Amino acid sequence: MKGLKVRDLQVEIRSGERRLVPVDGVGFEVAANECVALLGESGCGKSLTALALMRLLPEGADIAQGTAELDGIDMLALPEREMRRVRGGRLAMIFQEPMTSLNPVLTIGQQIEEALTAHGDASQPGIKHQARELMTAVGLPPERLAAYPFQLSGGQRQRALIAMMLAGDPEVLIADEPTTALDVTVQAQILALLKQLQQQRGMGLLLITHDLDVARDMADRVAVMYAGQIVEWASRETLYQSPFHPYTQRLFQVLPAISRRGQRLAQIPGNVPGPEVRLEGCRFSGRCLRVMDRCRQETPAWRQLSPDHGVRCHLADGVDPMAAPVAAPAPSETSASPSAGEGAAKATGPVLALQGLAVHFPVRTGLLRRTTDVVKAVDGVDLEVHQGETVALVGESGCGKTTLARAALRLLEPTSGRLELLGRDIRQLEGEALRRQRAAMQIVFQDPFSSLNPRMRVGEILEEGMRALRPELSGQQRAAGLARLLEQVGLPQDVVGRYPHEFSGGQRQRIAIARALAVGPALMVLDEPTSALDVSVQAQILNLLADLQRQQGLAYLFITHNLSVVGYLAHRVAVMYRGRLVETGPAAELLTRPGHPYTRLLLGSVPGRGLPETPASVPGGQAAAPGGGCAFAPRCPQMRRECLEEQPALRELAPGRQAACLFPLV
Amino acid sequence: MMPVVLWTDLLVWLLMAALVGAVLLIRRQPHLRAPWGRVARDPMAMAAALVLAAYTAIALLDSLHYREALPPGPQGEVHYAPEVKSVLDRLLAPLVERQEKSYSAPFATHAFARETLTGPDGQTIRDFPRLIHGGAHLADPVRDRAADILARLAAGLGGGLVIWLAWLGLRRGPRRRRHPQLPWRAMDVTLLALMLVVGALVALAPHYHVLGTDKVGQDVLYASLKSVRTGFLIGALTTLVTLPFSVGLGVAAGYFGGRVDDAVQYLYTTLNAIPGVLLIAAAVLILQAQMEAHPDWFETGAERADMRLLFLCLILGVTSWTGLARLLRGEVLKVRELDYVMAARAFGVSHGRILGRHILPNIQHIILISVVMDFSGLVLAEAVLSYVGVGVDPGMYSFGNMINGARLELAREPVVWWQLGAAFLFMFILVLAANLLADSIRDALDPRTRQRT
Ligand SMILES: Nc1ncnc2c1ncn2[C@@H]1O[C@H](COP(=O)(O)OP(=O)(O)OP(=O)(O)O)[C@@H](O)[C@H]1O
Ligand code: SF4
Ligand code: SF4
Ligand SMILES: [Mg+2]
Repeated sequence: MKGLKVRDLQVEIRSGERRLVPVDGVGFEVAANECVALLGESGCGKSLTALALMRLLPEGADIAQGTAELDGIDMLALPEREMRRVRGGRLAMIFQEPMTSLNPVLTIGQQIEEALTAHGDASQPGIKHQARELMTAVGLPPERLAAYPFQLSGGQRQRALIAMMLAGDPEVLIADEPTTALDVTVQAQILALLKQLQQQRGMGLLLITHDLDVARDMADRVAVMYAGQIVEWASRETLYQSPFHPYTQRLFQVLPAISRRGQRLAQIPGNVPGPEVRLEGCRFSGRCLRVMDRCRQETPAWRQLSPDHGVRCHLADGVDPMAAPVAAPAPSETSASPSAGEGAAKATGPVLALQGLAVHFPVRTGLLRRTTDVVKAVDGVDLEVHQGETVALVGESGCGKTTLARAALRLLEPTSGRLELLGRDIRQLEGEALRRQRAAMQIVFQDPFSSLNPRMRVGEILEEGMRALRPELSGQQRAAGLARLLEQVGLPQDVVGRYPHEFSGGQRQRIAIARALAVGPALMVLDEPTSALDVSVQAQILNLLADLQRQQGLAYLFITHNLSVVGYLAHRVAVMYRGRLVETGPAAELLTRPGHPYTRLLLGSVPGRGLPETPASVPGGQAAAPGGGCAFAPRCPQMRRECLEEQPALRELAPGRQAACLFPLV
Repeated sequence: MMPVVLWTDLLVWLLMAALVGAVLLIRRQPHLRAPWGRVARDPMAMAAALVLAAYTAIALLDSLHYREALPPGPQGEVHYAPEVKSVLDRLLAPLVERQEKSYSAPFATHAFARETLTGPDGQTIRDFPRLIHGGAHLADPVRDRAADILARLAAGLGGGLVIWLAWLGLRRGPRRRRHPQLPWRAMDVTLLALMLVVGALVALAPHYHVLGTDKVGQDVLYASLKSVRTGFLIGALTTLVTLPFSVGLGVAAGYFGGRVDDAVQYLYTTLNAIPGVLLIAAAVLILQAQMEAHPDWFETGAERADMRLLFLCLILGVTSWTGLARLLRGEVLKVRELDYVMAARAFGVSHGRILGRHILPNIQHIILISVVMDFSGLVLAEAVLSYVGVGVDPGMYSFGNMINGARLELAREPVVWWQLGAAFLFMFILVLAANLLADSIRDALDPRTRQRT
């Protein structure tokens, strides 16, 4: 068979006495002209599998056993000298972070030519020509060959990297989370490009991802990985229509989506185990809802349910291999427990009100550091958040979401505009008066690893806010408050004396939420609170946030790029583009019938609904905004001449809905 | 006997106290204990630490000063000797007292230069005279010397070995399971080496000049041991002086930004633009002139030399804080933007508390790493400065002065190599040990290197 065939791959890491096996008996195959997705949550061993196939394992990690045949030749047994020719040639790999994979001091052209020389004929004119062809193939204008990596956007860099990897004309291309660092809009383009290249060239594509929707768009067959093992292996249709393994079934159920609005998300209890946890029996048994006694003692063997569907689960034993697959059991706790009512209470005034808020960063250059220019990170934003309401702020990276949030909390000084918290103008407050207002507004950050001081115990972290903002509390009152907080966010009481590094991402995020809650805020700014978490843990946090809002009537300003989460959780949505709001409105309407072309572009890029039509186009929008006209014009398919003359302001489309477009879609 | 506390003594002992305090603190804090545990498990680091401990012991013994009482005067009043001695001097008394006339090679029994002697028969001849002390107990040096040295060496090594075995027995004894995680094998080997060297020296040094003598007949071994304190002080005290500057200014620049940052950056770019040696030379020369103009400032020569040493530390510190300050500024710029600092600001926590609880604890590893790394550099810097003549007091024992003294003699034939050799050997071991320990500490504390393992 042509293509890649992996059997019983085992990777071990030795550190002192301990032997960890983060990849334990993985097997799958990638046929020519086929895309296989390796799907799994963080730490399950996806990347190590890929690195093992490339024989690029980090120091200390080794291949303990297994074979990986490319056209019948076992690459794990090749001597390193021959492997060097295979690597980047017949088998190539692209990595997650496009910036660190390119050499910053060489032009794109030099790097592509280097790859070509290493894997082909070395005639100079031929190489130049091939490099230009590769650039066209990945949708970059050949002139960009002369550019340095820092002159390209993230998406362009990823394209350049793909061009380099195509230089060796690989039979199988491994892509390790190729789009995780990119915006949805760019992600959609890169995925479409990969799919198109795979089909045109008849390549095998091994796509490593944690995103079920990306896998659905791209893959022909899917391998689901959990704790170092493949637990299910099936064609895409089979997997998405009738998943068999309890883990796979559960993964589908925990996904937030607009269709699950108001319902409580199903959750998978616990965390993804790391390789240091040695599990007896089935590795999922600690979290499985259908666990049997047998599962805890006996490791389930690989079972073939049908020629194209295999699982590792004891439940498969009773199943006639040829019979129809079992239907997914009804999830037990999806019983509707509505989050805060659809139309949240708006009787009282807004908790947070921004009027014309602007944050401009001066660009200082030269010896005297004179201000030569300003970056208008936030440029005149009006926004209200009411009690018990979740307002989602969405937009591509760099559009100013985080800056807006920080300015709203006065962690950054706004340049101009009005900033009201619970009816008080807090922009004028200083010193002690401002400090007292801070209890009412709190923030939860994206990265649970940088948001907790590694040198402080959890108890100290949680008490810090209380000490600063509620100095009147006695030690006993604080301790009682702490206990209540931990209870609220679902953490055991004994975490108080431990340090942050002892906790998983999800638990840390709970601690961060508890820290913000500790001072009794009315408004919480949530800056991508779940995007660093695994999907199975994300559901737990989203449920927690919904519960807290229902109990305490908190107002949330929820910053995210994940539109499924927006659809599930938000009451209202504000879409931001280059420092301005371009559309606001109720979530349900806005997400189903977008009014602004940019909102439609965002929605069209969300994975899981098929790939966009025109993949190879050069991403627009990198050009400077035209003076005066609509900022979105360079990327807008609806653009007309009028758009370049006048900057559209937010205008009412329907009651409660506004868009800043001269030719709105609704 | 009257104890004398020199300024540097005080600082050294304060430093030791701070070190002990830090160790106690680290043992209590689990997040500090983990990385230091890694240092403690590293054989190379622990071997280096033992060697450094030996040096430190010498420096500390040399930092307990006193003046001896002279015989009481006619009215019974007590007078004290003008020269200040240290406990180390007392221990090394056999070395101090056994002064020759001038140069002699290691283990020599005869002087290095010919002299005009009067023979027993009244004839004047030019020959190498017997040394006054070196090998004086030998009846026929040419015949007996080798055998005598070997015998004493064997006895010394044997003694060292016995002590080492006793230590081993003690350690393996009832309390053997105390710290199983420490790399005992490497530490034992280092200890054995130290014991053997000490044993051999104890056996040989009272009878020979193991490292020869210098121009004025002073035992070079003694000079080397005395130089240890100077090198140690320069390395340790200077960093103490730099810390307030580099930490204070660097952290302030990074944390407050804006005008503070501009000012600090201006300061260190300006300072960096002036060659450090020039600044040091100018400062030292001014001080020297001042001290010569006011001999009444100091009661003893030792106090004067001490003041000059302290001043040298000060000026070295003032000129060398910029590197660490720049490093810290950059790091604080990063830490300041971290989410937990933002969260603290969202609580309205004061700047002082944010600095103390969030910023400093998270940059302390950089400070520490740079302090240990700088130590050996400063020891070497002292040697260079003293050699150029703008270092410590010329009357003070220091590696730089030893090298300086040996400089002219290198042109002699045959070469007087031992003085330079001894300074080199002592400095090499000190710097090597300090660097090895610093490397290990950096590997353990620096999060970037930690990720790789
Ligand atoms: N301190 C600063 N100085 C200058 N420019 C800045 C500063 N902080 C942010 N910017 C710029 O302001 C713009 C908005 O940044 P911001 O961090 O708010 O984006 P974001 O929407 O949160 O992006 P992401 O989704 O990547 O988190 C960006 O172009 C950024 O480069
Ligand atoms: S083997 Fe048992 S515990 Fe594991 S997934 Fe199947 S049913 Fe669940
Ligand atoms: S104003 Fe014109 S360019 Fe801007 S979004 Fe609307 S249609 Fe597109
Ligand atoms: Mg952001």
